[in-house]
Amino acid sequence: KSYSQPKCLCAGCVITVTTYGFICSVPCLLCVAASYGLTDEQKEFQKVAFDFAANEMAPHMAEWDQKEIFPVETMRKAAELGFGGIYVQPDVGGSGLSRLDTSIIFEALSTGCVSTTAYISIHNMCAWMIDTFGNTEQREKFCPDLCTMEKFASYCLTEPGSGSDAASLLTTAQRKGDHYILNGSKAFISGGGDTDVYVVMCRTGGKGAKGISCLVVEKGTPGLSFGKKEKKVGWNSQPTRAVIFEDCAVPVTNRLGEEGQGFNIAMKGLNGGRINIASCSLGAAHASVELARDHLLVRKQFGETLSNNQFLQFKLAEMATRLVASRLMVREAATALQEGRRDAVSLCSMAKLFATDECFNICNQALQMHGGYGYLKDYAVQQFVRDIRVHQILEGTNEVMRMIISRNLLTES
Amino acid sequence: MSGRVLVGVKRVIDYAVKIRVKPDNSGVVTDGVKHSMNPFCEIAVEEAVKLKEKKLIKEVVAVSCGPQQAQETIRTALAMGADRGIHVQVTGKDYETLGPLQVSKILAALAKKEDAQLIILGKQAIDDDCNQTGQMTAALLDWPQGTFASEVSMEGDKLKVVREIDGGLEMIKINTPAVVSADLRLNTPRYATLPNIMKAKKKKIANVNPADLGVDLTSRVEILRVDEPPQRQAGVKVETVDDLVGKLKDTGRI
Repeated sequence: KSYSQPKCLCAGCVITVTTYGFICSVPCLLCVAASYGLTDEQKEFQKVAFDFAANEMAPHMAEWDQKEIFPVETMRKAAELGFGGIYVQPDVGGSGLSRLDTSIIFEALSTGCVSTTAYISIHNMCAWMIDTFGNTEQREKFCPDLCTMEKFASYCLTEPGSGSDAASLLTTAQRKGDHYILNGSKAFISGGGDTDVYVVMCRTGGKGAKGISCLVVEKGTPGLSFGKKEKKVGWNSQPTRAVIFEDCAVPVTNRLGEEGQGFNIAMKGLNGGRINIASCSLGAAHASVELARDHLLVRKQFGETLSNNQFLQFKLAEMATRLVASRLMVREAATALQEGRRDAVSLCSMAKLFATDECFNICNQALQMHGGYGYLKDYAVQQFVRDIRVHQILEGTNEVMRMIISRNLLTES
Repeated sequence: MSGRVLVGVKRVIDYAVKIRVKPDNSGVVTDGVKHSMNPFCEIAVEEAVKLKEKKLIKEVVAVSCGPQQAQETIRTALAMGADRGIHVQVTGKDYETLGPLQVSKILAALAKKEDAQLIILGKQAIDDDCNQTGQMTAALLDWPQGTFASEVSMEGDKLKVVREIDGGLEMIKINTPAVVSADLRLNTPRYATLPNIMKAKKKKIANVNPADLGVDLTSRVEILRVDEPPQRQAGVKVETVDDLVGKLKDTGRI
């Protein structure tokens, strides 16, 4: 914890000065507070995450974005607290917490930096996939280092020719003795090029989902290379690159589960991933609501503070209402997934769809409330807007979410 | 030597909260306001846990005086590495008037009961800024004190304490058992880790009554009124140095 920020604790003087100013280190007791309804233990987890976000992430959020820095040391510090494998089992170094605990933690961390938290959540998803579908050797080989973030992971499903139509992926893995030879390329891979462990969905069999297997590919394997670092609107604290396989030989012992099980593993990973990404959107929206609120209380026009303007009052109320609604959906989905409920997959899709859309609108409106200042990079709200825009696209576009939900409704069982 | 350290932890209004005075000027608003462990108490806990990690002491006992919510503060100390907690139950009017004198009597009684070798406290609480409890506790126990500590090391059964004083740094060597009060630069408190938060649930917190310790909680201090600090007035611009000196003389500043 850094005490270099408050100038004098004794005088009760307040401000945590970040590059942007003042983000979310004020404990929130407004109606949008994220701690309502949580157990004491969950509030403790949340407190650690909020403190970490305020002290270790928020002060660097702008710099990481502007200089495109992948904050390895900060993430390893987070891993020391148990954030590297939050829902991974303790016997391989994970924290063994629930999906709801995880959602609460990512929501809190996100207030410090959405992009970094989103990467941490992807890393967690990969660690969980190996923990859950790996055999003893694989779990023991990969999970401990992932949980400490000694090694970083990437999730490789999307290809230039297959995004929403994920099952049509073309990367092939031909069996040759005790290796698979991989050929093909993956696109838009978060962490790609800077990470160590790649969880790759590739085709070992025939067409469609049933021909797909899941392989763990380690950096340094001959035939594994990377494209150029993409220039993005947001998520700039994590590099995004194409991952290229050219006769890349991967041991068969690196296959998670059985041949043909890969798509299933990928989708199961994504259920949790969708809750995590939605949780990151929640954190950004909450931070933005507080920033907008603070601005309305300070900015004066027409002789009074903006907070006296009824339109803005009502707008703020709507933003708060939609934030709480989004949070309830996400937390319910987390609980459903944890309990293995029948509605879990649909609920995860609904929560991802609803929360990412609503939270983007909240952040966008918060920017609008800042007037011209909202458009300046000196102010944090624009980074929240830019960073969460992509949450409506990845881990399954919000259109794909609608496909999943409508299929549940329209398929004769 | 028991190898036992008592650490006092106080539940205060969180340092980042904007304090508001109650409309009747009897105190500050605490209802529904976010509270946390006093930052200097966090530093005290961290120091105690560090001493245990260096194997210089054997057990860290976190103590807090107050109503039921004081247990949250003790749990935070447990999550940071304290071994067990003692919750001294003080509620209602007694809690409103609880001050350094009563707390130091409680700590002195507990130190004897627990056969403590060392008491580490924060130098002051950020709500009342008293900076008295450490000193009073040492006096009641007739123990040496190392206050405003920015560095603590054990040399055999002696304690070397570097103190931050107005003139700079002062280094003293004191016998144990002793009382140390932690200043800002003593250490940087660790975050609780997720596994430690879960382990803390299983650690024990004992409930104790001040009466059982033979402590009289009657306050010798009556708070008459609490006001906000005066609003900052607009300044006045002056043209010359003579004007400035004249104005300073007028307002009795020089």
